[in-house]
Amino acid sequence: MGRFDWLSEYLAQLEDEHVLVRRGSAQRLAPAHVLEIDAEDWGRAARQASLLEYRWCGLWGDEHEDHIRVYACLEHAGDYVVLQTAVDADTPVLPSHVPSYPIADRPERHAQDMLGLVFSDSPDERRWTRHQAWPESSYPLRADFHLPADQGGQPAPADGGYPFQHIKGEGVCEIPVGPVHAGIIEPGHFRFHAVGEEILSLEQRLGYVHKGIEKAAQGRDAAALVRLAGRVSGDSTVAHAWAACQSLERAVGCRVDRRAQQLRGLLCERERVANHLGDIGAICNDVGFAFALYQCSRLRENWLRRNQELFGHRLLMDLLLPGGVAVDLDTRARESLKQDHQRLMEETNELFDILLDQPSLEDRLLNTGVLRPATARALGCTGYVGKASGQAFDLRASNPYPPYDRQPMKTVCLADGDVMARVQLRMEEIRRSLEWMDELLDALEPGELQCRWQPPQAPCEGLGFVESWRGEIITYVRLDAGGKVARFFPRDPSWHTWPALERIVMGNIVPDFPVCNKSVNGSYSGQDL
Amino acid sequence: MYRILRKTLKTGVLTEKAPTSSDAALEALGIEVKRLVDKRFNGSLAIREVDAGSCNACELEIHALNNPYYDVERFGIHFVASPRHADILLVTGPVSRHMETALLRTWEATPAPKWVIACGDCACDGGLFGRDNYATRGGVEAVLPVDLYIPGCPPAPVELMMGLLNLFNAAD
Repeated sequence: MGRFDWLSEYLAQLEDEHVLVRRGSAQRLAPAHVLEIDAEDWGRAARQASLLEYRWCGLWGDEHEDHIRVYACLEHAGDYVVLQTAVDADTPVLPSHVPSYPIADRPERHAQDMLGLVFSDSPDERRWTRHQAWPESSYPLRADFHLPADQGGQPAPADGGYPFQHIKGEGVCEIPVGPVHAGIIEPGHFRFHAVGEEILSLEQRLGYVHKGIEKAAQGRDAAALVRLAGRVSGDSTVAHAWAACQSLERAVGCRVDRRAQQLRGLLCERERVANHLGDIGAICNDVGFAFALYQCSRLRENWLRRNQELFGHRLLMDLLLPGGVAVDLDTRARESLKQDHQRLMEETNELFDILLDQPSLEDRLLNTGVLRPATARALGCTGYVGKASGQAFDLRASNPYPPYDRQPMKTVCLADGDVMARVQLRMEEIRRSLEWMDELLDALEPGELQCRWQPPQAPCEGLGFVESWRGEIITYVRLDAGGKVARFFPRDPSWHTWPALERIVMGNIVPDFPVCNKSVNGSYSGQDL
Repeated sequence: MYRILRKTLKTGVLTEKAPTSSDAALEALGIEVKRLVDKRFNGSLAIREVDAGSCNACELEIHALNNPYYDVERFGIHFVASPRHADILLVTGPVSRHMETALLRTWEATPAPKWVIACGDCACDGGLFGRDNYATRGGVEAVLPVDLYIPGCPPAPVELMMGLLNLFNAAD
């Protein structure tokens, strides 16, 4: 099947439903296909896509002079369609996607809080990203936004009045947790309802680490944007920087040399291995198996020190630049890396074999925190959360970008959807990444590290798609005529896995929440922006 | 069980062999930290980490302090769950305004004498997110009195340990 074979079917369905596609473009936001439709058709277009079981993967708005453009991204068979419409800036009303795609709830509420969009038939009009730091009637991503003078210096009050959903009944207790959690982790609020030890429901309240990234990006040049993108979620610095680079490079038509692409691939896989190692240990530790934590954190520390030696930063920050990369590998470094890979392969084979042979671990991880494949599909989960629940999608194979286009990644997919499956999936991904990196080092081509970055002569826009260790990242960038950023929206995979966690914990016991949470490991920072 | 023991024994003790810059330097650093923790905190120093808008990179490196290479517990330093048990608040992030009240309440819940460390570039001066940002306060000092700044994006574990040492020396 070729690329976009399914698009004609979707277009025919839209026509049947009298949805007028005003313009289509395969180039403007390539590799995605853009369909411009009227705002009144916004809901019906989503309805048809959901009937065809396309995956809904993101929504963002962008203010222009007198109107706001709204974009929604859909994926099917590895290809992307971007629906685009425009609403008047004074009456920014359009139908909601939530009736067809419940996962659109938080992204729509984010757009409501940040831009003032009104989704007319949305079942949930509560604030999401906004707490009490700015008034309900002003929107940070609007050009006329400013903080009221009396609010600038005062502490923003806690958002104590947020309308959580309540469950009442005999024996039901409500457990509030956070925003400051008991460990060294990011802040967020979890509201549990439990009967005895059993969790009836979990409702998340995020937004605590909202630091205005979308607004802060505006007016920066390309290099500064990539540095900022590297801090959207610090554990995914390579992947987010890469997605920002991709969108910038596509916007201005900059061709990146093969060698630079290969090095980006190497850095991104190193980031994947480091995070998988850390999390496997932490998950086991959450059920009291400290041996795994110390062994995995030892391997992770060795890995990070090699990052420091070879690339100058333990977490690989600021190594990607618009048009290329900032680091190179000489022959000696390549050979030493291959030895590293072999050593880690031996160590992990031995270690993972021990872990998978522990009845006590099996007892705690098997059948704990199950995400059923149908739920994973409905929520559009990607990364290890989706892949451990039967969703094979992985950008590196489904829509391979350089260097994965010429050096295929063999991806993994499991069906059980429990904590154990997510652990096993990540163990297998470490192995595959190590093998892939070895092949890459052999195939490393000579070439330029960075092509000359030339700011555009006219306004332009682009999309980036990268498979981070956590899953699919989608990044939209629009540059103005001077080459400065006019709009930046990074869609972290956590937008889809946080709602999955709410489903995963239902019916589990409260003491198993940490291990369920760690096995999903959503990014707070990546979702709060 | 046999395999776990074998693996543990084969791995051996990693602590103290460590770091990048110079092994001797870390050892000396550790001994100095331990001496001051013993002297000033009666051998036990409790740290409550508060993420006030960090990107999570600082948290990863603070976590690393507990891995077998750095193992700061051996110096009497441990991370606690409640601010009521803490001597030090280790604050990361530019202080998002949504976390401001939570941070203040955490500080109020910490018994005196207490110290505040601004950890990482964002906590020191707002970092890459800037000072002119509607959503953040541009650094911890805008909200709390800061006793020590540890810059870095993120600061490496050794830099965190050096920072703690500087705090003890200043408090001495």
